[in-house]
Amino acid sequence: MPMPHLTPDAAGAAPGAAEIAEFKLSNGLQIVVIPDRRSPVVTHMIWYKNGSADDPLGRSGIAHFLEHLMFKGTERHPQGAFSDLVAELGGQENAFTSYDFTAYFQRIGKEHLGTLMGFEADRMSNLALTDEVVLPERDVVLEERRMRTDNDPAAQLDEAVQAALFAHHPYGTPIIGWNHEIEELSREDALAYYRRFYTPENAILIVAGDVEPDAVRDMAQATYGAVPAQAEPPLRKRPREPQPRAHRLVTLSDEKVEQPMQERVFLVPSYATAAPGEAEALDILAHLLGGGPTSRLYDKLVVEEKLAVGAGAYYMGSALDDSRMWVFATPSPEVDLETLDAAVDRVLADFLAAPIDEADLRRAKTRLVADAVYARDSQSSLARWYGESLATGMSIEDIQAWPDRVEAVTPEQIVACGRKYFDKRRAVTGFLIPAMEVEAADG
Amino acid sequence: MTARTAAAPATSRAENVQRVKTPGGLEAWLVENYAVPLVAMEFAVRGGAAQDPVGKPGLATMLAGLLDEGAGPHDAKEFHRAIDDLAIHLGFGADRDSISGHLQTLSRNTDAAFDLLRLAVAEARLESDAIERVRGQIVAELRREANDPEWMVARAFREAAFPGHPYGRPVRGEMATIDALQRDDLVAMRDRVFARKDLKIAVVGAIDAATLATRLDETFGAWKAENDLTPVAATTIANVGQRKVVPLDIPQSAMRFGRPGLSKTDPDYFAAVVVNHILGGGTFTARLFREVREKRGLAYSVYSQLNEYDRCPMLLGGNSTKNERAGESLRVIEEQFRELGETGPTADELDKAQKYLIGSYALRFDTSTKIAGQLVNLQLDGFDPNYLDERNAKIAAVTLEDAKRAAKRLLGDGSLLVAVAGKPEGL
Repeated sequence: MPMPHLTPDAAGAAPGAAEIAEFKLSNGLQIVVIPDRRSPVVTHMIWYKNGSADDPLGRSGIAHFLEHLMFKGTERHPQGAFSDLVAELGGQENAFTSYDFTAYFQRIGKEHLGTLMGFEADRMSNLALTDEVVLPERDVVLEERRMRTDNDPAAQLDEAVQAALFAHHPYGTPIIGWNHEIEELSREDALAYYRRFYTPENAILIVAGDVEPDAVRDMAQATYGAVPAQAEPPLRKRPREPQPRAHRLVTLSDEKVEQPMQERVFLVPSYATAAPGEAEALDILAHLLGGGPTSRLYDKLVVEEKLAVGAGAYYMGSALDDSRMWVFATPSPEVDLETLDAAVDRVLADFLAAPIDEADLRRAKTRLVADAVYARDSQSSLARWYGESLATGMSIEDIQAWPDRVEAVTPEQIVACGRKYFDKRRAVTGFLIPAMEVEAADG
Repeated sequence: MTARTAAAPATSRAENVQRVKTPGGLEAWLVENYAVPLVAMEFAVRGGAAQDPVGKPGLATMLAGLLDEGAGPHDAKEFHRAIDDLAIHLGFGADRDSISGHLQTLSRNTDAAFDLLRLAVAEARLESDAIERVRGQIVAELRREANDPEWMVARAFREAAFPGHPYGRPVRGEMATIDALQRDDLVAMRDRVFARKDLKIAVVGAIDAATLATRLDETFGAWKAENDLTPVAATTIANVGQRKVVPLDIPQSAMRFGRPGLSKTDPDYFAAVVVNHILGGGTFTARLFREVREKRGLAYSVYSQLNEYDRCPMLLGGNSTKNERAGESLRVIEEQFRELGETGPTADELDKAQKYLIGSYALRFDTSTKIAGQLVNLQLDGFDPNYLDERNAKIAAVTLEDAKRAAKRLLGDGSLLVAVAGKPEGL
């Protein structure tokens, strides 16, 4: 969800709230500064506009693997030097890879920002890898995959559901990669990917915290500014997912499953691909249908009909290409998944057949817009939300105007959007079930 | 070797903390700040899952889960709507030693937020349909985790560590007894635990002391003065040196390990904090990370941490390694514990650890909710706001001698209680 800058009307006068500043260096690096002077801390993040959806065919997991390898040292600063320095200066660091972006960040006392910029700029173009460090790290990634997915039937189901939903587009491939392809990833693969995507014109620097925008620009010029431009930013063209026509059902059965579960994922536009107002309507729909204990799915399935113990929805709006909307429910004991699934169908259909309740809509808009104010309490949250939005095709103006666009969504737009996209033919349903029992020969 | 000295903090954190004493006799720590139009409150009352009656584990958790499921004039649906209409965040939870609450509101809705909080903590209806709904949610969670390796190894560890003690019982309850928790039990626990005596409160944001005092007395005014807690015996981790394996058909073994720790009031506590950081507290720089993950590629996750229940300080850790190399992983881990215990850290390790711990303290105070959480924890531990300014000096004062002594006391001969879920080979 894009992160807006609150207009005075929406938030009331907010003393100390400062303007967000944006610059671009001559080598193409985009810089965003988000001031927050309440504590002498800064969040320093560099976002590369590439993610697992840009992995070459047959090399799934390379974006994520490279993220791990970025901690392995450069010509000037050998393995461990950057991390040792961050720790010594009292900072915390990490990184993450998503489908459309990869980000590296540190949180640290504000006086160390310039130092960290130097190191981060260095590893943008001077990464030095040997097989000695690459191969054990590949084992680490395989352990990570085991921990997140191979040990967990629910995660395996979702992996299979995504692969079915995106039959053509790389969002159907897990970020961490398929096991057999991870096992073959090489140092050369990593370096080729690095040279292609880790360039200043393909990056966004976001600094949030107790900083002055002009000082940030000067420090960035002195460090990142020295990294030569490569040429054009790399072209990101993924094959578009064709509009689906057939509902798909995926089941995963495992002896470790004690609690069955149902999920349905719809192919829907993202903020980047939607027609005006559609993505905002989808955000509202996710909240109305499954945003908590006041939502329709919860109210009907859990409270009224007691067919489920839990139900929810989630819209992944920040994506470069067409994205997904989840609807999920956990059945009450004695309720089988087919019954629950049919009930989900019915609740969705009833919801879309009637006008939207005004009080429900007001509540949803209030919650969404308020989340923006709550995010101002955390410089790291702000940095993340701006980064995610900018890395998936939004502009600062788009982000800042978001509350107004949410407020402007009409009930009719919501119903129209819902009828268009909550179509079962656009979806994959997943069932997580206990181990199948072989039927006795005598029935 | 002389201890390093830390420069006194440029600004005192303690100076920003007002100790608000209400006319009704409550105390709250307040950090008043108007930069963002929010108010964040955290509170905790002593008496958590360790107070669950024998045979009825999960009661404190269930009670916490029911506080916002209907209160005062509102049934569950109305209460949730009232919260949502104002975009308030209100939630409750329980751990072994306390029941806690979290409130966050836009400043323009502060009065309404406190009123809803009052209803939840003083007039929760505990109606039977809500009870059954929450019970169903707990059951689904327990089922979901039944064969989850992280949950199974945690259970094996606590059962071996605390046999016959309340800390060995499951905080969220268990399948066999969850149906036994009834309304009478919930009411009885609420009557015993919800009292002003051991209530710790912290508030950060756009509210002044006088207004806060009034709101707090209104919110907790109906609570009785004294609680009625069952004493929990002091204890320590049992069965150190033993290994418990829980077979599970998964490709990767999940491990938990631990031994007794040092208490927060122990004179060597800060030295122990430094030693733990060197062992397995620091990401990227800790001995466990370097030996297990970086050098040998044995794990994605390996760590150690100092943890403390009210009556039991501990040194705990965890790791996940594929079955075929699980034995190797555990050997490396045990070797690291043993070595550090025997020889203590190097001067360089000590220096770097101190720099990190001192420099990173500020990172705990960068959101209202985090600040409020830190302040409640300090109150539960019996400290006063000066701790915020003294803590770094105490870390800085640890000498190499202190660290070596603390390493010996903390790590002993390196023996551990180990629990493993999976199909570990080579143990």
